[in-house]
Amino acid sequence: MDWAWVGGHVPLLSERVREHVPMAVLPVLFGLLISVPLGIACVRWPRLYPPVLALTSILYALPSIALFAVLVNVTGLRTATVIIPLTLYTLSVLLRNVVDGLRSVPESVRQSATAMGFSPLRRLAQVELPIAAPVVIAGTRVATVSNISLVSVGGLVGLGGLGQLFTDGFQLHQTTRIIMGIVLTVALAIVAHGLLVAAQRVLTPWARRSTGKAKP
Amino acid sequence: MVRAIRGAAAVLLALVLLPACGGGGSGSAKKVVVGSANFPENQLLAEMYAQALEAKGITVDRKFNIGAREVTFKQISSGGLSVLPEYNGALLAYLDKASTATSTADVNAAVKAKLPTSLTILDSAQAEDKDSLNVTKATADKYSLKTIDDLRPVAGQLIVGGPPEFKTRQQGIVGLKSQYGLEFKEFRSLDTAGPVTVAALQKGDIQVANLFTTDPAIVVNGFVVLDDTKNLFSSQNVTPLINKAAVDATAQGALNAVSAKLDTTTLTQLMRKLAVDKQDPDKVAKDWLKSAGLV
Amino acid sequence: MSAFRDAWHWFFQSAQWSGVDSIPTRLGQHLYYSGVALLLAVAIAVPLGLLIGHTNRGGFAVVNLANAARALPTVGVVLLVVTLAGIGFLPVIVPLVALAVPPVLVNTYAGIRQVEPELVDASRCMGMRGRQVLSSVEVPIALPLILLGVRTAAIQIVSTATIAAFVGLGGLGRFIFDGLARQEYPTVIGGAVLVVSLALLTEMIFFGAQRLLVSPGLRTR
Repeated sequence: MDWAWVGGHVPLLSERVREHVPMAVLPVLFGLLISVPLGIACVRWPRLYPPVLALTSILYALPSIALFAVLVNVTGLRTATVIIPLTLYTLSVLLRNVVDGLRSVPESVRQSATAMGFSPLRRLAQVELPIAAPVVIAGTRVATVSNISLVSVGGLVGLGGLGQLFTDGFQLHQTTRIIMGIVLTVALAIVAHGLLVAAQRVLTPWARRSTGKAKP
Repeated sequence: MVRAIRGAAAVLLALVLLPACGGGGSGSAKKVVVGSANFPENQLLAEMYAQALEAKGITVDRKFNIGAREVTFKQISSGGLSVLPEYNGALLAYLDKASTATSTADVNAAVKAKLPTSLTILDSAQAEDKDSLNVTKATADKYSLKTIDDLRPVAGQLIVGGPPEFKTRQQGIVGLKSQYGLEFKEFRSLDTAGPVTVAALQKGDIQVANLFTTDPAIVVNGFVVLDDTKNLFSSQNVTPLINKAAVDATAQGALNAVSAKLDTTTLTQLMRKLAVDKQDPDKVAKDWLKSAGLV
Repeated sequence: MSAFRDAWHWFFQSAQWSGVDSIPTRLGQHLYYSGVALLLAVAIAVPLGLLIGHTNRGGFAVVNLANAARALPTVGVVLLVVTLAGIGFLPVIVPLVALAVPPVLVNTYAGIRQVEPELVDASRCMGMRGRQVLSSVEVPIALPLILLGVRTAAIQIVSTATIAAFVGLGGLGRFIFDGLARQEYPTVIGGAVLVVSLALLTEMIFFGAQRLLVSPGLRTR
């Protein structure tokens, strides 16, 4: 392990991290943007759910390396080649969480909201989604950590990010590069995980207070 | 404990990311995107080009370790890359399988004729790095192998290994069959003349390996390079392939200056520094450019 | 989408079905790598999970460590081990096993822990000793979660065994990397379809295993 190398190559490591982060985070944002409305639709029209779920399950099983390899010629050596497949993966993780979260809203709560005069839209926004939030954020955590690891697969086909430290290190026979790639990937995952836990606390302050709350 | 780990992770990332904030703010000048194929020598050459360009005040974006020519050529044609370190003979074989040009001048003329209008090549360096077929000393002794022709009677018993694209290339299995009449027992896809191929040849998983002539591994392991009597692998001068729109006169001048000073002996020495002394590509590039007066 | 049409034809070319680079050979290699890795992972993680779950010692530490291990990038770990230990079967299998142990371990442990204490008490009152409690009560009830862990690990292994091809081994990843290098899209797509099919087949096998092995009384979970 060559610490001197690490000290002298901070800009390189910095660039790899800066390449890596958008490729991991943007798919989560896009995934949320798609899965929340889609999940709401699946709850509203339950017949929709099994086929959509099956489709996303198949998407999840697709090996990321194959998707990157196929897309390189379409979207080139840009981040889009990584973002598109990872958005599909995130979608397949989050859809289940959104649907489960919405379905976990107790019927009594839903009816109380209606009784209080909430329109369906307002009920969705102010009652159902907030209650579903912890489950959705838990899924977002899983998807984010997963993506951070998956982006490194892109390095095998020249798509940059921390994965390139692995391929360069392998070809140049330099374990320091590979180790730093692993360390930084894990550090990113830890920080992302921590940020999302904090976000959950901020977005659902009521969850902390109630200790006797029945788990969904 | 968990808090401590989280803190450490955050600090590590901050240490890595903060220096970038100060040095940020790239100029409005056009960016030149230097790419490289997926093997260390090409990465070294690309790094040399990149540093030479930066010495002239040009902003460079590096996209290294992409893949085989089959991938990189598409990228430079579409404008995703601006500069690639190429090998004129191999590039010609890719563009025109039937070409018989072998001398540097002929090859370059043929290449220029076959390239799409958006691309061109600059001056070739004297330095050459060729594909070659290699065997262990034991294998060479066993079958009395000195040239590639010597393989013909025994090829059917031998397994040959190389990068996946070697199987379908004219300067590969296809040409070895049509020019030398070689039919190997099996072709094994390994890596681009890298650690996997070298290990496979050493261990005897393969008996013949496609390696590059400047690779120190050949000398270090005592491999025998088989003579290419029919010049299938032709001239392979290091030549910058550029996308004309992205590379202006200053940049072209910088690249030509690098080519003017690069010969095969130098390249082989630089590869030793990279592969045997385990120096970093950017250090090897910087040291050489300085000593050649190019930065 | 002529690429997909060409990929369809790729499956039916005779060259794909005989010889070293054929679908059966690569599929066989992939199953071999995956099977060995899964068996080893299960052999390590299930007994360990049962032990920790049953005795309730060291669970916290182990589970946290296992969850942390999920953040490790597979590509990085495999390339690191190969760079240190050389090219070969073991240097690739060991990281695959190491990365598959966490899901199995965590789920086995959780499975045992979620068995209601009253049931364990009742079985002890009936005269069952430690090992019997484990085998007759805890494991059957934990089985759905254990199977879930093994299923997750299996899918993960099948997917990541494609990386073996990057370091010169065989397997279905060979089609993907070779096809990319030669810019032969039918091969890349064909390889991808095969890996997906294998993953889906694995899912179905575990679905079937769940039906067969899990006691009917637990089915509603």
